[in-house]
Amino acid sequence: MSFLAVVRATLAKDLRLEWRSKDAINAMLFFSLLVVVIFSFAFEPTAEESRKIAGGLVWVAFLFAAIVVLNQTWARELRNHVLDAYRMSPASANSLFLAKAFGNFIFVIVLEALMTPLFIAFYRLGAIGPAWELLPIATLGTWALVVNGTFFAAISLRTRSREVMLPLLLFPISVPALLGMVNATTAVLTGEESARFWITLLVAYDVVFTIACLLLFETILEAE
Amino acid sequence: MKRGFPILAIVTAVLLSFALYEALIGAPTERSMGDVQRIFYYHVPSAWTAFLLFFVNFGASIAYLVKRRPAADIVALTSAEVGVVFLTVNLVTGPIWARPVWGIWWTWDWRLTSTLVMWLIYVSYLLLRRFSSGGQAPLLAAALGVLGALCVPFVYFSIWFFRTQHPSPVIGGGGSLDPRMAHVLLINWAAFLCLAWLVCWTRYQLEVAKRQVEEAQSLESLLEGSR
Amino acid sequence: MPISDAPPIIIADGVIKQFGRFAALRGVNAEFAPGRLYVVLGDNGAGKTTLLRTIAGLAQPTRGTISVLGAKEIKTVCSQIGYMAHPSLLYDEMTGLENLRYFAGLYGIHNDAANFTCREAIISVKLDPDLNRPVGQYSQGMRQRMSLARALLNDPTLLLLDEPFSNVDFHSAQEMATLLGQMRDQGKTLLVVTHQPRLLESAADEFVWIDSGKIVDRTSKLRAGTQ
Repeated sequence: MSFLAVVRATLAKDLRLEWRSKDAINAMLFFSLLVVVIFSFAFEPTAEESRKIAGGLVWVAFLFAAIVVLNQTWARELRNHVLDAYRMSPASANSLFLAKAFGNFIFVIVLEALMTPLFIAFYRLGAIGPAWELLPIATLGTWALVVNGTFFAAISLRTRSREVMLPLLLFPISVPALLGMVNATTAVLTGEESARFWITLLVAYDVVFTIACLLLFETILEAE
Repeated sequence: MKRGFPILAIVTAVLLSFALYEALIGAPTERSMGDVQRIFYYHVPSAWTAFLLFFVNFGASIAYLVKRRPAADIVALTSAEVGVVFLTVNLVTGPIWARPVWGIWWTWDWRLTSTLVMWLIYVSYLLLRRFSSGGQAPLLAAALGVLGALCVPFVYFSIWFFRTQHPSPVIGGGGSLDPRMAHVLLINWAAFLCLAWLVCWTRYQLEVAKRQVEEAQSLESLLEGSR
Repeated sequence: MPISDAPPIIIADGVIKQFGRFAALRGVNAEFAPGRLYVVLGDNGAGKTTLLRTIAGLAQPTRGTISVLGAKEIKTVCSQIGYMAHPSLLYDEMTGLENLRYFAGLYGIHNDAANFTCREAIISVKLDPDLNRPVGQYSQGMRQRMSLARALLNDPTLLLLDEPFSNVDFHSAQEMATLLGQMRDQGKTLLVVTHQPRLLESAADEFVWIDSGKIVDRTSKLRAGTQ
């Protein structure tokens, strides 16, 4: 029970701190808006075309937003070497990892929720297929990015060029998940095929990588 | 180096020469593509060799995470480096083959795309090693090695499914292989494996020597301080 | 002061710690008895911080062994160790009490028990638990004291303090020094790294001198002329 208590306490602390210093949130919100607008300048599709490409565009935009969130996962802990205090305590490394991953997940979902109406408006998007499927797709896809992203953010704490290392490590490994997210979304929007394979792929990907990250995180945290 | 090394070197040289002959002259000319098709004997075995090496990297990464032995780390580093080299050969010979035959430099077909993603994953692995500060590169790289290897089946499977849904020109063709060509293919693969082994062995010894020098230097600075 | 017959609380055997080519600890052999206040002295770069971090389990020795509270795996006894260093190990954006309540949670202390323990800890370092200011806005002296309060949360048997008095106003420093002496009287063991040993002159049981990664002397009194 103590494991969950630590996860809850850490998540609550992070959410509270994020809420207090609204700078980061405001910056991220504005950044998300910018991304959507710039993409709209780059692509001016008809409603028909947009259904075909929106899946890719939207997820690339979400990916950018995710990187911004992920890059500051450990920023507060770094400032006063708080991770030392964490390592000195009997709390398990995985409870820290899950709390950070959940926190990132919430932030990214919030950004996605804000960007989506804008995309719908700018691209005149409408789903021909079962629109409700977009919810599990968004959840699974975002978790895939966030679980690996939180892990790689911890790895890049021990590297030079931290902010570049995170996307550099995250993008290649995320390719299967990205394919899943994009194709599932396109499938739902165009209604031309079933998203079921891609959703299954995302589920499998999420399970495998969540377990792998949980098994490896303590080793990464304890690396000096 | 041990005695085995020169023997391996000779075997490699012989095998490579023989394989080269077979590939360029011995093998029958392909009906539709002509002599250009012979690049196939380099394109395919280089990929297979790279896969084998990445599998070794996976094993070595796990071994390092469990036992923390420096030898495991050096094997992981070596196999990743040489694997990337062979994969690069595959990625470069692809377009070289494609251009005269199909008129295109690149296509996002199943094999090429998957290979490209694999290449990206292992290049990011090498970059992580280069960018790690402190002595943490082995541990961090081992973690990435495991994650990267776990990703490989997902890469291939997802791209394969995508391509069956959205077919595009395929480089390398499918279909059955003339047994004489298969024979040459296997000879080339054997030659590549020997070459890979030779290069890995050399790289391994190089890394071991490099670490011994570093050890010696640290030991020196350790003893120096005892004024 | 009664001489303790109890087994040593820290045993360092041939501890060497290297960061690449640089050797921070060059062979530390020492035993520290429980229930004593040790002051660790030495020039900058002598290895004091590294020694403390190795004892805390935050750094692993490159060679040699270290056992704390009878355990080689220091993580297993970490709930009995308190650690404080120059970075405050606190969140600048939260108040002192909020910080402590969070860290208390990491030790499994929640709700009312946490409230009580945290308040007690803050009061013991002579700070106001209801101070509604984020720690980032504290003066250095206040921050150091709050950091000490955090180290005391789990009522540790062993306290490792790295420069607790640095940049702290004289009054705060004296208060802390008195508190440290009281804790030793309660039976805790303390290792205090400091450049201001005079503050602990009367309270300390032993002064440990470190130079170039080795313990060079252990005295019961400060040498004349030490600041």
